[in-house]
Amino acid sequence: MSIEETEKEIVEEFDMFDDWMQKYEHLIDLGKSLPMISEGEKTDDRLIKGCQSRVWLKSELKNGKIIYTADSDAIITKGMVALMVRVLSDHTPDEIINAKMEFVEKVGLTKHLSPTRSNGLLSMIKQMKMDAVAYKTMG
Amino acid sequence: MNRNRINIPLKLLYLQGKSPLFRIILNFVFPIMTELKTPDISIIDIDKIRADFPILSDKVNGKPLIYFDNGATSQKPIQVIETITNYYKHQNANIHRGVHTLSQEITVAYENARATVQKHLNALYSHEIIFTSGTTESINLVAHSFAKQFLSNGDEVIVTAMEHHSNILPWQMVCEERGALLKVVPINSDGELILEEYKKLLNKKTKIVAVTHISNTLGTINPVKEIIDLAHAQNIPVLVDGAQAVPHTFVNVQDMDADFYCFSGHKLFGPTGVGVLYGKEKWLNQLPPYKVGGGTIKTVSFERTEYADLPLKFEAGTPHIEGGIGLAVAIDYVNEIGLDKIAAYEHDLLEYATGLLQKTDGVKIIGTAKNKASVISFVVEGLHAFDIGTILDQLGIAVRTGHHCTQPLMTHYCIQGTVRAAFAFYNTKQEIDLFIQGLERAIKMLR
Ligand SMILES: Cc1ncc(COP(=O)(O)O)c(C=O)c1O
Repeated sequence: MSIEETEKEIVEEFDMFDDWMQKYEHLIDLGKSLPMISEGEKTDDRLIKGCQSRVWLKSELKNGKIIYTADSDAIITKGMVALMVRVLSDHTPDEIINAKMEFVEKVGLTKHLSPTRSNGLLSMIKQMKMDAVAYKTMG
Repeated sequence: MNRNRINIPLKLLYLQGKSPLFRIILNFVFPIMTELKTPDISIIDIDKIRADFPILSDKVNGKPLIYFDNGATSQKPIQVIETITNYYKHQNANIHRGVHTLSQEITVAYENARATVQKHLNALYSHEIIFTSGTTESINLVAHSFAKQFLSNGDEVIVTAMEHHSNILPWQMVCEERGALLKVVPINSDGELILEEYKKLLNKKTKIVAVTHISNTLGTINPVKEIIDLAHAQNIPVLVDGAQAVPHTFVNVQDMDADFYCFSGHKLFGPTGVGVLYGKEKWLNQLPPYKVGGGTIKTVSFERTEYADLPLKFEAGTPHIEGGIGLAVAIDYVNEIGLDKIAAYEHDLLEYATGLLQKTDGVKIIGTAKNKASVISFVVEGLHAFDIGTILDQLGIAVRTGHHCTQPLMTHYCIQGTVRAAFAFYNTKQEIDLFIQGLERAIKMLR
């Protein structure tokens, strides 16, 4: 599935919910199902510092595609992190660099990305893209 | 079903404004009736008070706002809001400068505001009241001016383990600059200062003690008078951070014998951007100005400047005029209700909420001092404060989550952060019921 197709799928998924409480329930479910980073791998260099919830991000290049694994100590943040991973993981660095991530706004997550929410989500997207740039230049 | 419980008083407020008869019944007959049965709920006229705070009838995320983030900042009564708009509509002029009428009138109003603060803190002189931008600036002023004059290599400054970053960082900075040492009074597991350890820290090298009156995270009310007496026995001055104390208790700086006392207007139902530094005349006279410029001088030449007397020496530049005046109105407002009544009412809320939280599965209260203000921090086993705060926000309930600018305290308790509910006199038990229900719902969702 292309990045855009996944984005579309997520937007449709969230459209099914009437209110934010249900959206949060869905995010919590997503958070619970996210494959976690093992405790030993939650090193400081993988930590994306937010003020309140912490996010860890691991990226590996496999057959020209980047595989992301991520985790957070807060479950709602983890649900949002799961969405980012679902959209961007298993794509080439070029695809990731060019991803518009429009679903974020369409789903109504923008308020969680403002720097003041300080949950590290904005920094996470930046870091995912920076990792892609790094892999691209590495060749 | 429970949302109706909060809707009833709101509806009453509406009616109260409409019908004089209803107002009489509500304000006079009803309190008398209830006083006979249950004295505690008639301590203050809660419906009348809530009507004074416009924001309390707003909705947030489609739900009636329940505002429990009073430790961060308090809401403002209409009297304060109108004072500020009236200032801009009819009073705006610069103070201490002009011969024209507006300038003279606003200068008088501003100086009257200073006198209101003086009376409220029971300071000896009104020139011992310095207007600042808030607690943080007040502490920075003292730390920098005091260090310049009195702190040298090898000296010591004492703070406590429960200080807000605003009462740590200024001292840390001046200590680093001067080669002085920062000493920290530890706390016990209930979140109370260990006075025996404090006594051991006081010595000839100690130059100043900085301590919070009430902890913003734990709610602990510190025995400041005792702390000050112990320091004074060795001629050491004490700065008290009163940011969290002034909204909840009487402060009498002469009785307490504080050398410096700081607070912020915005936590005392007044405007943001204005605060107070009280300092004993003898200390303020010895300190050099911290920032300089217009308004702080007697005479200026390029060779030499003679600084103005107190309080202007510390008030460079055009001050937050409407802030000072608004703060005085907020103080009058609180005094009209009566701080003793406020304290009793809030204590009732605290006990009520504490009892319910203790019964909530998985909740652990952080800060169980014997002497507490209406601030409750807690953690929920296995859950992150951010998640709980996010769900409560969806229900219109505003709480604070995180480390509350007290990271060393979080380290002490080995936690990342807490959820904090801080009650003001406009909060109610019905709101606490809704908060507990919301919390239970959040826990169920997140587990
Ligand atoms: C105990 C304490 N000290 C200082 C401050 C800082 O106050 P302000 O930000 O108004 O300067 C706060 C505010 O949270 C506080 O709770």
